[in-house]
Amino acid sequence: MQVLTAFLTGLVFGLGLILSGMANPAKVIGFLDLAGNWDPSLAFVMAGAIAIGSVAFWFARDRERTLLGDVFRMPTATRIDRRLVLGSLTFGVGWGLAGYCPGPAVASLAYGGSKPIVFVAAMLAGMAIYEVRNHWPSARRQTTA
Amino acid sequence: MTIDWTNFTPWASLAGGLLIGVAAAMFLFLNGRIAGVSGILGGLLRPASGDIAWRLAFLLGLVAAPLAFALAAPLPEAQVDAGTLTLVAAGLLVGVGTRYGSGCTSGHGVCGLSRRSPRSVVATVAFMLAGFATVFVIRHI
Repeated sequence: MQVLTAFLTGLVFGLGLILSGMANPAKVIGFLDLAGNWDPSLAFVMAGAIAIGSVAFWFARDRERTLLGDVFRMPTATRIDRRLVLGSLTFGVGWGLAGYCPGPAVASLAYGGSKPIVFVAAMLAGMAIYEVRNHWPSARRQTTA
Repeated sequence: MTIDWTNFTPWASLAGGLLIGVAAAMFLFLNGRIAGVSGILGGLLRPASGDIAWRLAFLLGLVAAPLAFALAAPLPEAQVDAGTLTLVAAGLLVGVGTRYGSGCTSGHGVCGLSRRSPRSVVATVAFMLAGFATVFVIRHI
């Protein structure tokens, strides 16, 4: 059941990304280009998503379990540290360079030709670099030695 | 700054945003999780048992979205100006950055802001500012 609901969520999410214009890198860069001919559309994407999201998370606060009877697995980290800030800044630079963030890039794999495939392959390599440096036992021994 | 009225699509963008919000709500109430794409994808690189199928299913749904969209309406144009080298550099930066920063536009920007997480507010401000600055440097310097 969790697999089916995950698939449906991904599908709805992807439809939203395409309809909103987030899956069009030229539009994303048009939004990020404050000093140029600015396209404010993507502010409307965030407004719409957060409007629904806020209500959902507010209703979920008092619930113990999901509708399927499972526990909620919410993030527990609260510290605002260098990792969070430097990581997010790094992500933002990459986002501005090509106009792709992870969701739209994955949702474009079957429709944007070879460019989203190149981007997603490089993104996976970037994620793998993080894994190797942070979660491989050998890397951990080296960094703590 | 001038406003690009030709490409301005407030209604489609708002409707798309509402759908994204619905997806975030579905994932919260059905799967009890944050619909954050970088986390869902990155988690596959450190697979734990019982943790793989739902991640793959979510990503498969994302990949299938344009195929479903095309059944109902013509797919909107997607224009990628970046060349291969830029795409590779951008991909690497997005991959490393979202994992160190624990999230991207969906996890921090949509879900995190919706649940008023201070970490997500900081992350969202950081990646937005970096995005604005990067485009400014590329286009205007």
